[in-house]
Amino acid sequence: MYVAVKGGERAIDNAHAWLAEERRGDPSVTELTLPQIREQLKLAVNRVMAEGSLYDPDLAALAIKQARGDLIEAIFLIRAYRTTLPRLGASQPVETAAMAVDRRVSATFKDLPGGQVLGPTFDYTHRLLDFKLAAEGELPVAPLAPASPETVPHVTGLLDRDGLIEAAPREETPPPDLTREPLELPANRPLRLQAITRGDEGFILSLAYSTQRGYGRTHAFVGELRIGRVPVEMDIPELGFAIEIGEVELTECETVNQFKGSKTEPPQFTRGYGLTFGQTERKAIAMSLVDRALRWQELGEDFTGAPAQDEEFVLSHCDNIQATGFLEHIKLPHYVDFQSELELVRRLRAEAMQIQEAAE
Amino acid sequence: MTERPEDLARKGWMSLLAKAPPARLAALLPDLPETALLRPAEVGSVMVRGRVGGTGAPFNLGEMTVTRCSLRLACGAVGHAYVQGRDKDHARRAAVVDALMQTPEAARIEAQVLHPLRLEAETTRTTRAAKAAATKVEFFTMVRGEDQ
Repeated sequence: MYVAVKGGERAIDNAHAWLAEERRGDPSVTELTLPQIREQLKLAVNRVMAEGSLYDPDLAALAIKQARGDLIEAIFLIRAYRTTLPRLGASQPVETAAMAVDRRVSATFKDLPGGQVLGPTFDYTHRLLDFKLAAEGELPVAPLAPASPETVPHVTGLLDRDGLIEAAPREETPPPDLTREPLELPANRPLRLQAITRGDEGFILSLAYSTQRGYGRTHAFVGELRIGRVPVEMDIPELGFAIEIGEVELTECETVNQFKGSKTEPPQFTRGYGLTFGQTERKAIAMSLVDRALRWQELGEDFTGAPAQDEEFVLSHCDNIQATGFLEHIKLPHYVDFQSELELVRRLRAEAMQIQEAAE
Repeated sequence: MTERPEDLARKGWMSLLAKAPPARLAALLPDLPETALLRPAEVGSVMVRGRVGGTGAPFNLGEMTVTRCSLRLACGAVGHAYVQGRDKDHARRAAVVDALMQTPEAARIEAQVLHPLRLEAETTRTTRAAKAAATKVEFFTMVRGEDQ
């Protein structure tokens, strides 16, 4: 039981005033602007949008500044803000096959229609600190090359044509929404994907890694990883047709996994799916591995007791705002709870000593 | 929903306005006519959906901010706007353009506002595509020493 406390208003006000001063840091250093955060710390902005579950780069930049760079605190601010917004509707599902790709790689096929496009990646960098960045003033320029106007087909579509991979047939069932109804288990795959895409990157990463190390192994290859922009369309009731209401950057990862077949399915490859806001590829890859691990029942695989296979474990612990809320609340005043614990321990000790004395 | 040709044209400009940089739209259409607000600009969210496996059942990916506005010009033409982000001026201006496109002013608005926006969006898109194309690779699998 939590019993409220009161008092300490002045100390709290002063603590927050000091927080504001510390946030600003040394005043002789130029103050950080929101466009600087949005443009130059884009991957932090992307993570805050993905886990805050709200696509708005300017708001994410503000949250990062306010949170002094603590991304979970920033995600908390975004989650709190989004609850104040009226929901105007739901979009039509985005067409990732029509994505304008910045990056598209496949670890399974060397030659594929549309080619391998590296995009602005950290891959193949040497991970050596670049001290040139400590000096200001460089204006790097990316080279250009003639581009094909055609859309880039999904890699899994190629395997699908031969029946070598399980199909993901189009379907229009309205998905459950975590932000409207509390999570209920067992969850269907759309609900799991919603929970994982807004889940903590570190948690999802570690779970995915655990499957690679053998705790619910699924033998995943990255069939395709793509990053780029897609338009978002929504039906507008007052018009009677759909319009594009904006454009979002997404990362999509599809894994191709070994599957020896079951009673009803012939041997074929199976799939794990990851889709995240922004350029957030570590998260999208991890998401696709965890999605695949959670599908053991549907695919007739054994439950080995691995954490990544345990839907309740994964879905109940992946949200870093729930996690940090419960974790951090134990630092707040619990004087009354603790007082009762203290009395209990004193009484038990007294009883134990009486018994001991009686025995002696 | 069935789309009539005039709906398709309107869908085209409304989509363009939704994604236009607000400052650029304001520069192209600095002065707004008198309007009656039918629905004042309102900031809200839209749940963006994806599909399982890219092609399967829909799921909720996360929300995006959207601002909408509806208004009427003195001549009676009604304009609607749904634009990305939280900029109310952007939504009002987009609704004005939508309304003006239904009046004899359409040709002027097309030339003054929509045409430049379309060109600029296309340039942004093709420049990005050209940068991506410059990073296209050919991987070769190597014959390893022990196989020779």
